[in-house]
Amino acid sequence: MVGKVMTKEKRKYLIEGEKGKWEVVIGLEVHAQVSSNSKLFSGSSTKFGAEPNTQVSLVDSAFPGMLPVINEFCIQQAIKTGLGLNAKINSYSVFDRKNYFYADLPQGYQISQYKNPIVGEGKITLDLPNGTKTIGIERLHLEQDAGKSIHDLDPSNTYVDLNRSGVALMEIVSKPDLSSPDEVNAYIKKLRSIMRYLGTCDGNMQEGSLRADVNVSVRKEGNKELGTRCEIKNVNSIKFMQMAIIYEAQRQVELLESGKSIDQETRLFDTKKNETRSMRSKEDAHDYRYFPDPDLLPLNLDKELIENIKKNLPELPDQKKERFIKDYSLTAYEANVLVSEKEISYYFEEVVKTSDIKLAKNWIMGDLFASLNEKNISISQSPVTAKKMAQLVDSISSGIVSGRTAKEVFEIMKESGEEPSKIIESKGLQQKSDPKELEQIIEKILTENKDKVEQYKSGKDKLFGFFVGQVMKISGGKANPQLANQILKDKLKK
Amino acid sequence: MADLTKKSLTEIVSLIKKKEIKSEEVTNLFIKNIENDKKLNSLITNCNEHAAKKAKNFDKNPKFDTLLPGIPIAVKDLFCTKGVKTTAGSKMLDNFIPNYESTITKNLWNEGAFLLGKLNCDEYAMGSSNETSFFGNVMNPVAENTVPGGSSGGSASALAADLTPTTIGTDTGGSIRQPASFTGTVGLKPTYGLCSRWGIVAFASSLDQAGPMTKTVEDCALMLEAMAGFDEKDSTSINKKKENYSKNLTSNIKGLKIGIPKEYRVDGMPKEIDKLWENGKKILKESGAEIIDISLPNTKYALPTYYIVAPAEASSNLARYDGVKYGFRSNKGTNLIEMYENTRSEGFGDEVKRRILIGTYVLSSGYYDAYYIKAQKVRQLIKDDFDDSFKKVDAILTPSTPSAAFKIGEKKNDPISMYLNDIFTVPVNLAGIPAISIPAGTDNNNYPLGLQLIGKTLDEQKLLNIAFAAEKKINFKQNLNRWWEK
Repeated sequence: MVGKVMTKEKRKYLIEGEKGKWEVVIGLEVHAQVSSNSKLFSGSSTKFGAEPNTQVSLVDSAFPGMLPVINEFCIQQAIKTGLGLNAKINSYSVFDRKNYFYADLPQGYQISQYKNPIVGEGKITLDLPNGTKTIGIERLHLEQDAGKSIHDLDPSNTYVDLNRSGVALMEIVSKPDLSSPDEVNAYIKKLRSIMRYLGTCDGNMQEGSLRADVNVSVRKEGNKELGTRCEIKNVNSIKFMQMAIIYEAQRQVELLESGKSIDQETRLFDTKKNETRSMRSKEDAHDYRYFPDPDLLPLNLDKELIENIKKNLPELPDQKKERFIKDYSLTAYEANVLVSEKEISYYFEEVVKTSDIKLAKNWIMGDLFASLNEKNISISQSPVTAKKMAQLVDSISSGIVSGRTAKEVFEIMKESGEEPSKIIESKGLQQKSDPKELEQIIEKILTENKDKVEQYKSGKDKLFGFFVGQVMKISGGKANPQLANQILKDKLKK
Repeated sequence: MADLTKKSLTEIVSLIKKKEIKSEEVTNLFIKNIENDKKLNSLITNCNEHAAKKAKNFDKNPKFDTLLPGIPIAVKDLFCTKGVKTTAGSKMLDNFIPNYESTITKNLWNEGAFLLGKLNCDEYAMGSSNETSFFGNVMNPVAENTVPGGSSGGSASALAADLTPTTIGTDTGGSIRQPASFTGTVGLKPTYGLCSRWGIVAFASSLDQAGPMTKTVEDCALMLEAMAGFDEKDSTSINKKKENYSKNLTSNIKGLKIGIPKEYRVDGMPKEIDKLWENGKKILKESGAEIIDISLPNTKYALPTYYIVAPAEASSNLARYDGVKYGFRSNKGTNLIEMYENTRSEGFGDEVKRRILIGTYVLSSGYYDAYYIKAQKVRQLIKDDFDDSFKKVDAILTPSTPSAAFKIGEKKNDPISMYLNDIFTVPVNLAGIPAISIPAGTDNNNYPLGLQLIGKTLDEQKLLNIAFAAEKKINFKQNLNRWWEK
């Protein structure tokens, strides 16, 4: 049932045109950099941020007589990713040359896979607010990245940095199953999460490890035929993808409604002006003259290799979600949130290993996430480590501090990363949980407020709150509320 | 001692090993001959000083347990040599000095040899007469103003003229065997993948193969032994154990079956070639082999197939020569596209441009299926023809070329007639199998003619043995008047 919203309640993303409602059809070609120390066909390092042209071998710079040799680790990473996408792994695949001239493409061709990719059809399940949706994967293939042309260093010259030249990319092509900017957001995040779980792509969009070509077309609501699409090249953040889609869909609707047609073309998204612009038309499209690279033999994968990788796959988000629901009695929503990133799921499991599940999930999804958002950091960068969070949760469940005091403790923890026990001790925040001590306080209150005790006993139940308040006041807010309640109730009965 | 430079490689090696001569003595003699190269123009770069120094060093501390102890060798200028200009016969690489050494030359140096010079060749190995080189024509020592063949024309010429005791070439469609045939020398194209392509300027990757060019079959075995071997840097290299071709060389070929393909008898082939072929059959028969008529029905499609596959690959392989990174860059033009256009227009010669155009055309959308895909299918049929034949025979005997050496300029403006020169050699490259050309006679002008023996995959030893047996009976004598020294 690929491409269909599974729930009955459909909340479709539609564009209100002047002449009716339009659906948007989106397909993504994601370029994900393979996590690998060396490049796809050479031993050069792939480390990000090195000085320009310091990670370039003779192969990467296409010196005469140089030959590519496949990096087997990258092959394994592609297989792993394919398995993570529930996709068919092709035991036979071919590397082709995609021929075009550009200054940052030293060979004059990119080695890619054209007719026979390493991974075939697969799928990704998205968890959307109104249910799940399955997005089809068309294929995944391996290819080399090009270098980088730098046009703004000099008014009349272009500089070329070949550090990226030859770095392994996985191009992951979706079917045109996405129908809103929100779904694109969910798709990219899910894809990224799967690859991060697998360790096959770090998904770091700032460093260009993940970028996408976005195919957009529109059609009248309910229409089954696909409209003419435009491809928006090389968009490098989810936000920009969404902005580009909104702009592009609107542009297409306006064109169609004014009786014009859409030219199938390649467009660029200008992030400053928030608009897409034509880059080249179909007529100007490159003829890439693909043909099998004669320097490389076709790739024949051992069944054993594939099986071995399959056996050693880590638990993936969907499986982990099921397990979390079962083992920790989480709701689907909670489980989704907690498995969305590998690090979050590890954090959660680390905390609940020793501590109360309900308190833990609320603290993580509540105060902790709020603090991460506020500081714009990831969970692994949080000063509140899983161990410290577990301590805090434990101090609540064992009655050392109240939930309210714990918030006070957390405020300090999130800045300093100090251990909660130390904060509680140094600030004297422990609850008064000694029954004798509380009894003394309560006795004193009851003696000093005999009139109120009488009124309570004669039926004025609301006065119970007054007594609790007095206990808190006198204990400086540190009285264990449950214990205080219990003692109060006992004493007032008598 | 008679002129050492006329001796075979095997003889020189043996004399050095027996300490009867020194490397320096031999090397200086070859350097002396190289100094007379002007008219032949077989060298692009001489490495006289380097060679003299290496020879001296060898003699100071000789190691005799190698295959090529103290042997100076000039190589085709398609092999990248560390610190020595490597041009591929093109203006495009006129200033290119690699900082790396090709696997094949490294293998030779590891066996005790050293570089004597870089030999002229057709530009990017595209040509059958060495007339496309940016560094000028090469002449055949056989006669003034005749071509030495190509593309390894400089190699063949230098070898025949005793400028180097042995040499190496590359063979994409006949570039070793055809010049060997034209110059009365021995040339072997090994099985595709036997010799590493790493560090050789690429022409057509699925066809290119380096091989030895020598004065005798024995030398050829020795050289192949030194060159061949698995190279993990070349993904198409065959991973197999090294063989001792020279040690296992024998002229005993009793009982071997030799196929004679009827399709190689082409219209208009000179009578001398027919006679040569007949003589070859007779000789092998006398040596105890059995002659069997066979058919390679798809032979007639080999040349058109080759002229689709090779240019297609070349058009892509030569894209890297764009003026951006190394080599020639035109100073004309105001933007990237103009820089590309001017660089490639000025840097490449006509034949290279012709093949880039053909290759680009056959790969372009709309034509790809009709040309490239079809050519790949025919290529498989041609390979199947050979596979079928080798179920019946051990080797196949054909002429190496449809004619002897021709005059410079004779075919320069007629590419089709030039391409026809490779009609007997091209099928072998398409099939990826080995073949050797040995001198077998002469034509009316007394120009050498070669016979080709084709073997099955990795059957080089058997090929060498048959060639060795034939060589003994043919007893070809090179008879040069050394006109170029006058």
